[in-house]
Amino acid sequence: MFDAYTVPLPARPGVGYKPQHYAALMQDPGSVGWLEIHAENYMGAGGRPIAQLRELSNRFPVSVHGVGLSIGGEGRLDRDHLSRLRALCDWLQPASFSEHLAWSTHDSAFFNDLLPLPYTNATLTRVCSHIDQVQDVLGRPMLLENPSSYLAFADSTWDEPAFLAEIARRTGCGLLLDVNNVFVSATNLGFSPQSYIDAFPLAAVGEVHLGGHDEDADDHGAPLLIDSHGRQVADPVWALLDYTLARSGPRPLLIEWDTDVPDWPVLRAEAARAADALAYASDVHEMCMSCDSPELAR
Amino acid sequence: MSTPLKTAALVGAVATAIAAHGTAASAMEKEKCYGVSLAGENDCAAGPGTTCAGTSTVDYQGNAWTLVDAGTCAEIDLPGDRMGSLEPLDRDLPQT
Amino acid sequence: MTGLVADFLPALRDPAAPVPRGLQDGSGRPAGRRFNVYRNNVLVSLIEALEVGFPAIRSLLGDENFRNIARGYAQTHPPKGPLMMRYGQGFPDYLAGLRALAPLPYLADVARLELALRASYHAADHIGLTGDDLAKIPPENLENTRLYLAPSVQTLRSAHPIADIHRFALNPTSPKPRPGAQDIAVLRPEFDPSPHILPPGGHAFLTALTAGQPFGNAAEIATAAAPEFDLAAMLGLLLAQNALMKKGPRT
Repeated sequence: MFDAYTVPLPARPGVGYKPQHYAALMQDPGSVGWLEIHAENYMGAGGRPIAQLRELSNRFPVSVHGVGLSIGGEGRLDRDHLSRLRALCDWLQPASFSEHLAWSTHDSAFFNDLLPLPYTNATLTRVCSHIDQVQDVLGRPMLLENPSSYLAFADSTWDEPAFLAEIARRTGCGLLLDVNNVFVSATNLGFSPQSYIDAFPLAAVGEVHLGGHDEDADDHGAPLLIDSHGRQVADPVWALLDYTLARSGPRPLLIEWDTDVPDWPVLRAEAARAADALAYASDVHEMCMSCDSPELAR
Repeated sequence: MSTPLKTAALVGAVATAIAAHGTAASAMEKEKCYGVSLAGENDCAAGPGTTCAGTSTVDYQGNAWTLVDAGTCAEIDLPGDRMGSLEPLDRDLPQT
Repeated sequence: MTGLVADFLPALRDPAAPVPRGLQDGSGRPAGRRFNVYRNNVLVSLIEALEVGFPAIRSLLGDENFRNIARGYAQTHPPKGPLMMRYGQGFPDYLAGLRALAPLPYLADVARLELALRASYHAADHIGLTGDDLAKIPPENLENTRLYLAPSVQTLRSAHPIADIHRFALNPTSPKPRPGAQDIAVLRPEFDPSPHILPPGGHAFLTALTAGQPFGNAAEIATAAAPEFDLAAMLGLLLAQNALMKKGPRT
């Protein structure tokens, strides 16, 4: 079983790296504990992206977050892409590698999105076999992230926390818990986000994500939250983070901001808020360590 | 060109080039250490929700120009480009 | 489960196609427009990638015209792999094939220049050959010396003044393009590629070097292509832009 405490990312706030923040980060390296990059943006042969990443990796622990492997895809994993991931991990030696419970490729067509999966035994078998292959090729355990859901499959026979727990159990992979995704999915599909966290295998969580969402509506006027990563983390998501960290203990926390990327001070302020949440969680979790509930203790 | 002459020409050109430009290292401007990518990036953000380009069924083949949004091409005047302007192609526009 | 892709693909590709069956909201009602979130993600992310990758074309056509054309391209040319940095290779040909763009015959070549800039931006780094390095080569060896272009060097030829148009599109205060063909080399001294207009014979010279011709032959080929070819000026440009590489391409 994956042990969250083996992830060498610090239990501090990190941010998703954007090139426009390079100078600010290099001048102010104490502002965040680590950085996350999207793997696919560093698969060119050279130039500024690679040079900047090399410099950053001398100052910060780096987490590589893949968005294009299509782990839930029906076909075989793209071997070329797997080789590129391996090459990146080989030279960068990142603190962590993570990908999504989603699909995006079919045959040679790539859909630039994280598409949803039905939670069935067939999906489970396929995803586990793909994760085995990834971990084999990369020679390290990976983290798998819970998606943002906008709809559900009538065919699903598993709920998401149990599905992810079973994947972690079978493959030894860790999990990346995106608390905003939990909140978005819970709102969109009408379940309790706290119950989701209660059911989630928190011991396997090696990293926690936070990001902003937008609000839309479905055909019936019900709220439909969109995982836009284009604004501050919403207050109820911070509250859900507190709820989560009180049960999991401190974890590496990432602020994701991918669209309408703000100036550095705005992102830095989000990271500072995450630091406060971690400090609070550290106190609360310490109290829980001495209480009776075994789930809370770990 | 005979070889000695050719060699002399090459040597002369190299000497002139070096004299005019120094070495690459000294001539190379130090670039700013930031910048924005010249290509789209991958990310894991979701887009604009339920109503946008992805759901438009207009089959747009570039034959219905928004002339008020004509772009900088309208200011370029080159022979053969019909004064640079995008022109409405009446035969392609739906009859209204 | 084999139904997943079979159901999803046509609906993702065609906005008019029905939403796949078996997709629902939290209370079991049909998913309806919820599916549009995916349709939009797929298409809008591709349009945005084209906007970032072809800023000069976007400026030339105007934002809305560009978005409409980009949408047409994205719908018919999905990416062949997951690297968005490579997306849009077919865009110049697509522009060339649009009848309504016939009044702007230079557009496709300007788009090719933007692709060349992008390729240069992501190309492998190199150790530059300096003037000092050249000066150390014994004169009698110069003729047969091979000069290697940096991996970031890209060359283009156009019947249109595409470097001028590109510059004007991105900075409308720059001089208006004047008619005439242009040969271009995209050169990247360190990390920032930029287009350089090549003098007569320059394109032939670079092509000969790329083909593996030694320095002497390449100079002869360039002079044959353009008697006024100025070897010293050409070398000066390459040295100043760090466009020559110290070793062979695969070492």
